[in-house]
Amino acid sequence: MEKFDRLISRAVPLAVDNVDTDQIIPARFLKATDKKGFGDNVFRDWRYDGEDQPIPGFPLNDSTYDGQILVAGDNFGCGSSREHAAWALVGYGFKVVISSYFADIFKGNSLNNGLLPIQVSPEFLERLFDAVKQDPSTQLVVDLEKQLLRTEDKTLQINFEIDPYKKMCLINGYDDIDFLISKKDKIEAFETKKY
Amino acid sequence: MKTLFDKVWDSHVVDSVTDGPQVLYIDTHLIHEVTSPQAFQELEERAIPIFRPDQIFATADHNTPTLNQHLPVEDPLSRKQLQQLSENCEKHGISLFELGHMNNGIVHVMAPEQGITQPGKTMVCGDSHTSTHGAFGAIAFGIGTSQVAQVFASQCLLLTKPKSMRVTVNGDLAPGVLPKDVILYIISQIGTNAGTGYFCEYAGDVFEKMSMEGRMTVCNMSIEMGARGGMIAPDQTTFDYMQGRPYAPKGEEWEAKLAYWKSLPTDSGASFDKEFHFDAADIKPMITYGTNPGMGMGLGELIPNSDDASFKKSLDYMGLEAGSNLMEMPINFVFIGSCTNSRIEDFRVAADYIKGKRKADNVTAWLVPGSKQVESQIDREGLRDIFTEAGFEIRQPGCSACLAMNDDKIPQGEYCVSTSNRNFEGRQGQGARTILASPLVAAATAIEGKIVDVSKQLN
Repeated sequence: MEKFDRLISRAVPLAVDNVDTDQIIPARFLKATDKKGFGDNVFRDWRYDGEDQPIPGFPLNDSTYDGQILVAGDNFGCGSSREHAAWALVGYGFKVVISSYFADIFKGNSLNNGLLPIQVSPEFLERLFDAVKQDPSTQLVVDLEKQLLRTEDKTLQINFEIDPYKKMCLINGYDDIDFLISKKDKIEAFETKKY
Repeated sequence: MKTLFDKVWDSHVVDSVTDGPQVLYIDTHLIHEVTSPQAFQELEERAIPIFRPDQIFATADHNTPTLNQHLPVEDPLSRKQLQQLSENCEKHGISLFELGHMNNGIVHVMAPEQGITQPGKTMVCGDSHTSTHGAFGAIAFGIGTSQVAQVFASQCLLLTKPKSMRVTVNGDLAPGVLPKDVILYIISQIGTNAGTGYFCEYAGDVFEKMSMEGRMTVCNMSIEMGARGGMIAPDQTTFDYMQGRPYAPKGEEWEAKLAYWKSLPTDSGASFDKEFHFDAADIKPMITYGTNPGMGMGLGELIPNSDDASFKKSLDYMGLEAGSNLMEMPINFVFIGSCTNSRIEDFRVAADYIKGKRKADNVTAWLVPGSKQVESQIDREGLRDIFTEAGFEIRQPGCSACLAMNDDKIPQGEYCVSTSNRNFEGRQGQGARTILASPLVAAATAIEGKIVDVSKQLN
């Protein structure tokens, strides 16, 4: 997993609530057997029409916006557990997703793929949408060490929560497998006692 | 004083990280063809062996065709995924119920009917509807593919213990109100993210009186209100369902397990982080009108009005208007199937209504059993003749038009009354519009060719 420490980037606003993982990557693209290539089809049916033409107005098709940060509506990533959704966002180039609420499995999948989900208050999210829409060149600064999200000019800033273990994993590029394997003795001991 | 969830969770904690997650032991790991290939690949690349292959059960379901299952799968990408699952299971010594196997079926239908699902177990699968197995008093939840790899490597997961919530529904359900209506009602009342960060226990008369099939329908949709999983305390209904199933404990082991299972229900006086109470009498047969399962209403009720942009976007996609009630609305597609409603009880309810009637000419009606076992029950109980004579098409088992990964897709712009779990945009095919309902409402829609108020018919 790629390390995450600090990011300065513009942002893409997607002001839709309850974006489910079927929209992030539709089911018909789940037939691949490796993790690559999903970025091409991220938000496929919101990005392209039936003739594969870009749908005007969708933020990813709008050259006004750019960057590695997706600012999304409430309850982002609900629905299917498909990790392909996280692979698609990462594959497209996003490193951070900001929302006022993330579905549990999506949040876990993101953290396991170096994509940082930042949960902010609904009020802050509204102000962030306004700031990015008013001035799409707004640069956002994400400092994972300090758990701080701010606009570069500091007019908006907020501290965000993250599980300390997950923070350590992201900063170091670790994943859980090595940690779990290191617990093998304890796991085997647990299996002998059972319940 | 502990809740059912606490009892099962706490007994599976192997270790804890200071200020961090816990190492939770997983008893049973279910896998299928779509979310496992990258996990097998990950282990292979890191030269890590599968730790406990005998605690993994595999089935093919998401991509499988529902016609001509004896022939090679036509779609090359689906065929590759299915082949890869078979090869991976063979290589690692994992039990597999592949296409054509007598136990093949949707993972959440197959495991309970085989007796693999048991009270007090921790169970995971790379599928959000793993919450289904909570109907037995198991902690069961969906995981991502990275976590599938973690369970392969260690039979454990690193998790932060979720908070607990309880949804209590007391009273008697009116005729024609099915378990599907109960869960659609709950989600419509509390919303699609009310359960995020929580594990839910369902309690009260309604669930105590419910069959195991009904409890599975309810727990299945826990994820649709954001909960990691849903659970119902094991009781005599649970034990009667389980006894004699192939993988259920037998003889002395059964007795020992039974004693343990009986100790699992929530202690009286145990507290929950969040509670909801509902009255069964308020629940009508339900339908959804929007693009998430929380956008539901009782038959005959009016679509609410809202200025919210996402709400408007949703109605726009559905081609529906605030203030309308959907009664008498023509419907050309009906789907009875999915891990929510493809068990024998669902087909019995449908057959009971359909018997002696004929489906409307405008309707294409697909009935897709959840497993080979359900398919043969349909035959044994003589339901196939009822369906076929009424013009319904019984297909072969699989996930089918629930998520349209195979050829079973609803055309662009068409409405489908579906017993599945999700009405997301494009879920049943690009541009398809899904209206979620119970098997009874779906059957009635197919007969009438339009949505009708079944509760009026029954009264």
